[in-house]
Amino acid sequence: MSVATQDTAIRTGRVTRTLIYLILILFALFYMLPLYVMAVNSVKPLDEITGGGMMNLPKVFTLEPWAKAWSYAQIGVDPTGLQPYFWNSIKMVVPAVAISTVLGALNGYVLTKWRFRGDTILFGLMLFACFIPFQIVLIPMARMLGLMGMAGSTGGLVLVHVVYGIGFTTLYFRNYYAVFPTELIRAAQIDGAGFFQIFWRILLPSSGPIAVVSIIWQFTNIWNDFLFGASFAGADSQPMTVALNNLVQSSTGVKEYNVHFAGAILAALPTLLVYVVAGRYFVRGLMAGSVKG
Amino acid sequence: MAQAANADFKTRLQSLLPKLVLSPSLALVLVFVYGFIFFSVYLSFTDSRLLPSYGWVGWENYSKLWRLSHWKTSLTNMGIFAALYISVCTVLGLGLAIFLDQKVRAEGMIRTIYLYPMALSFIVTGTAWKWFLDPGIGLENVLQTWGWATFEFDWIKNRDFAIYTVVLAAVWQTSGFVMAMFLAGLRGIENEILKAAQMDGASNWNLYRRIIIPQLRPAFLSAFVILSHLAIKTFDLVIALTGGGPGRATELPATFMYSYTFSRNQMGIGAASATIMLMTIAAIMIPYLYAELREKK
Repeated sequence: MSVATQDTAIRTGRVTRTLIYLILILFALFYMLPLYVMAVNSVKPLDEITGGGMMNLPKVFTLEPWAKAWSYAQIGVDPTGLQPYFWNSIKMVVPAVAISTVLGALNGYVLTKWRFRGDTILFGLMLFACFIPFQIVLIPMARMLGLMGMAGSTGGLVLVHVVYGIGFTTLYFRNYYAVFPTELIRAAQIDGAGFFQIFWRILLPSSGPIAVVSIIWQFTNIWNDFLFGASFAGADSQPMTVALNNLVQSSTGVKEYNVHFAGAILAALPTLLVYVVAGRYFVRGLMAGSVKG
Repeated sequence: MAQAANADFKTRLQSLLPKLVLSPSLALVLVFVYGFIFFSVYLSFTDSRLLPSYGWVGWENYSKLWRLSHWKTSLTNMGIFAALYISVCTVLGLGLAIFLDQKVRAEGMIRTIYLYPMALSFIVTGTAWKWFLDPGIGLENVLQTWGWATFEFDWIKNRDFAIYTVVLAAVWQTSGFVMAMFLAGLRGIENEILKAAQMDGASNWNLYRRIIIPQLRPAFLSAFVILSHLAIKTFDLVIALTGGGPGRATELPATFMYSYTFSRNQMGIGAASATIMLMTIAAIMIPYLYAELREKK
């Protein structure tokens, strides 16, 4: 976390400290519990789960549920497993993250270094767009995607995620560039550098950290989205979350809990991985979206 | 002369460029957000059913909506859910942040564990809790096989208690985030004041009650705003965890809107419910964003 600045001056006695550790550990167990349940039960044969051993370690270890969830579990009408949906998500996430981050960087640059009358209001309009309940745009968006010939396509989903992601990416870059010394920009201008030259040569080279924040935030949000995927995706563009839900809710046949758990971990893996590798940036993005920079 | 005109064109282009660069994003937002909001609000005053239709019916959809027991159930559930979700997340987040702020060993690791649920999709969270709380294979069954034969825990299948399982899963997902917000607030408090109060013999309890917690006001406000807007938008979690059931026991406005618009072909009523959701969020978000953006200047 990037906010750790100072330790508290509060002093605590031994009994209090023991209690504090106890409570902290208890809650750590609470947060780990669902992950433990998912992981342990995804490598068990089904009868071990239905026999009441959900909390136990597997007696028989098997990777069969993972194989099934990935490549041949029944999802919708076809026994395709989650694999094609995983790639659908990738195909949607990569361009959406890239486009929204580039637009956010440019917007942040304009809104801080090329200010004009009314720019704060325009930014406020963009920012409010992030918080609306998306139910309010579902009906017209479905019509619009139809009119544009993008209904049910990955391109349509990319467009949707770019539109509703711009507010946050702009917020990140705006807050970041706001503290960047404007004198440097003015000096470059006097030397004859143009709009894009200044962005390219002066701001962009130092934008690494905030770009990472923006990319991680967008990646997590878009990968985890369900509402847009469920509303606008076609048969061959459904993202992972929608497929996982179809797998778990399907009412035909025996409920294969172990396959469901394996599938859930597969759907969670990319964002979990990002969190473990770059958690610091993830938290920074989270905080910037709520508390002042 | 031509050169001067050329240079003039270049400077004018340079001064226009910033606005040109901003305009595609702005156009997208104006059309896809504000245009669409206008369109949806308009539809809520029309006789749209399966498809948008433009016959004006005035407030009819709204009066129908408020007579629907389905909608009233969604609102009651929202009230219970939002009140519990916001208060439990706040209390838990603050408590954990205070404990974690006591120069605790392995703080980084504990923080990582508390916050990871925030990186997961609500569909994943819903799936995990759905089966963990399932009386047939989950907690109830486990404790019974461990020897507590009379243990019962069927909340997720029980109409009166199912909504509390949604609270549980939602709190699990976001309380770590609230903890991080409060921790950031705690780390920003001046130690000098605390040390002075300690000299005067103030107890830790009083330090927190009188000095520290009052200074966390901005963090409380942010937590409230973020949590309340998340509460109103809750959709995926309910879909994955309970599907709105048993019966309608866990229907929320977001799921109500979805089913009325897309499966019951009552688009006018769906649009009316979406409009009410938007108004509620706007009432919370607009003053907050206004204050945030103004202070920054």
